[in-house]
Amino acid sequence: MNGPGPLHAELKARFGDGVGEGGADGAFEVIRVDGGSIRGVASFLKASGNFALMDLTAVDWLGCGGGEKPARLELVYYFFQLSGAGRAKRAGMRVRVKVPVPDDGTAVPSLAPVFGSADWLEREVWDMFGIRFAGHPNLKRILLYEEFSGHPLRKDYPLRGQQPRVRQGFPGVPPFGRRPDVLG
Amino acid sequence: MRINMGPSHPSMHGTVRIALDLDGEVVRKAEVEIGYLHRAFEKTAENRTWNQVVPYTDRLNYVSPVINNVGYVMAVEKLLGIEVPERGQYVRVLMSEVSRITDHLTCNAANAMEVGAMTVFIYLMEAREVFYHLIEDVTGARLTVSYARVGGVTGDLTPGFLDGLPRAIRRLRVALDESSRLLMKNRIFYDRFRGVGVLPRGTAVEHGITGPVGRASGVDYDVRRDLPYLAYDRLSFEVPTGTLGDSYDRFRVRMEEMEQSVRLIQQCVRDMPEGPVSADDQRVNLPPKEDVYRDMEALIRHFKLLMPGHGIRPPAGEAYSAVEGANGELGFYVVSDGTDRPWRVRCRPPCFFAVSALDKMIEGGMLADVVPTFGSINMIAGELDR
Repeated sequence: MNGPGPLHAELKARFGDGVGEGGADGAFEVIRVDGGSIRGVASFLKASGNFALMDLTAVDWLGCGGGEKPARLELVYYFFQLSGAGRAKRAGMRVRVKVPVPDDGTAVPSLAPVFGSADWLEREVWDMFGIRFAGHPNLKRILLYEEFSGHPLRKDYPLRGQQPRVRQGFPGVPPFGRRPDVLG
Repeated sequence: MRINMGPSHPSMHGTVRIALDLDGEVVRKAEVEIGYLHRAFEKTAENRTWNQVVPYTDRLNYVSPVINNVGYVMAVEKLLGIEVPERGQYVRVLMSEVSRITDHLTCNAANAMEVGAMTVFIYLMEAREVFYHLIEDVTGARLTVSYARVGGVTGDLTPGFLDGLPRAIRRLRVALDESSRLLMKNRIFYDRFRGVGVLPRGTAVEHGITGPVGRASGVDYDVRRDLPYLAYDRLSFEVPTGTLGDSYDRFRVRMEEMEQSVRLIQQCVRDMPEGPVSADDQRVNLPPKEDVYRDMEALIRHFKLLMPGHGIRPPAGEAYSAVEGANGELGFYVVSDGTDRPWRVRCRPPCFFAVSALDKMIEGGMLADVVPTFGSINMIAGELDR
């Protein structure tokens, strides 16, 4: 990673300690931000530069060899400038924001009030990693079924994890197996 | 009345459930439920070597598999700092554009069929068949191509491909022309598509929607033009956009994009230099088999690339690489911990964002409008659910 860019300096001036170190990775500026400041940073990016939230994912660093990680889980937000692109015929700025999330159930402020794409993206992160988002209107699983237990993209969820069978049934019909009055 | 459309429904492309709250024929509220084709791509990728992930990427957007392959390996090549030789870049671009054509043909054909235009479906499918035949000549498969490898592609273009390409393009142009003339000014088609499923530009940007759906709504963004990769900065093409963001615009944008893809293909064939298609890099490329049998160094290199624990080992780090998928910006975020298996692979699926805005597009419309709207988004369940 190279040195921090102009956006990092601006965010640091506005949000102080909430903004950690910055760097660059090819076309991206990479900025570390605290959980508490992420909504402020996101609102600022949207208001001042018309950034769009293009992707949100997480990385589970449990068991990774190389070096000290800020927390077990790390949220990765991608903000791009889409609207300036056409006229300038080149892409606008691209920013990767990383937010460390400790594995103790702390919730991260949801970006759903700020960006429309955050709704489903945060649901997927909750589904796969178990990171809660405070203030999300509808934080339920999106890719897996409701009764699924566990969060599969965590490193401690086994590759071939088995799930208990879901009990379904109607009144008078047992959920599994045959009706007791039928022989055989 | 609350009624389910899907997950098993003839018009739901793949398995998706739309729970509709209907008031007569008007959709008051819609809730879209996805995940029926979730196959744990990202978890699986953490347990395979870097090249072993490539067949899984085929199964993401399975109607334009080359684009997924190329997108993924480009992210890994970024981690390794490998540059693919000129010819390899042109070959990748050419195959990607052929894949894009098959994807748009499928989408428009299915969309037209669902409103009753069976003939157009057959015309476009027939054109698609010719392209599948070409793809099969080069890669060996129609859909599950696994064409890209880290550092290049599996093999160069074949004579059969290059000979068959002009005819395929002619057939395609005939099919597109006939379909346009049958549909674009057809009263029924126009009434069913115009003003239906409108996605305003602001909503599209809010939801991060790119690709034909976004461009039809006026989001003038194309990864090939704005963040050029491979050979796209040396090729000239237009990026069609729409104004209203309704299903008609989406259909029309796809038709025009196919014509632009043909332009790109013709330029690639004209400008492609001779040379190798894969980078001759020790870290990723297998040596020629004749050398493996004769030369000790080649044998060691072959061994070191294929044995577990050895193989392609990008330095620890992360990379994000975006390509213009048939549905929009297809991004791959890969994290390496220095071993021969990825630590994390994230696929940014472009249709995820389009489908997340679907409820806004169909609320307030009629039940019958759900079908052209949903068809024009080109939701591919493989990419949506991964």
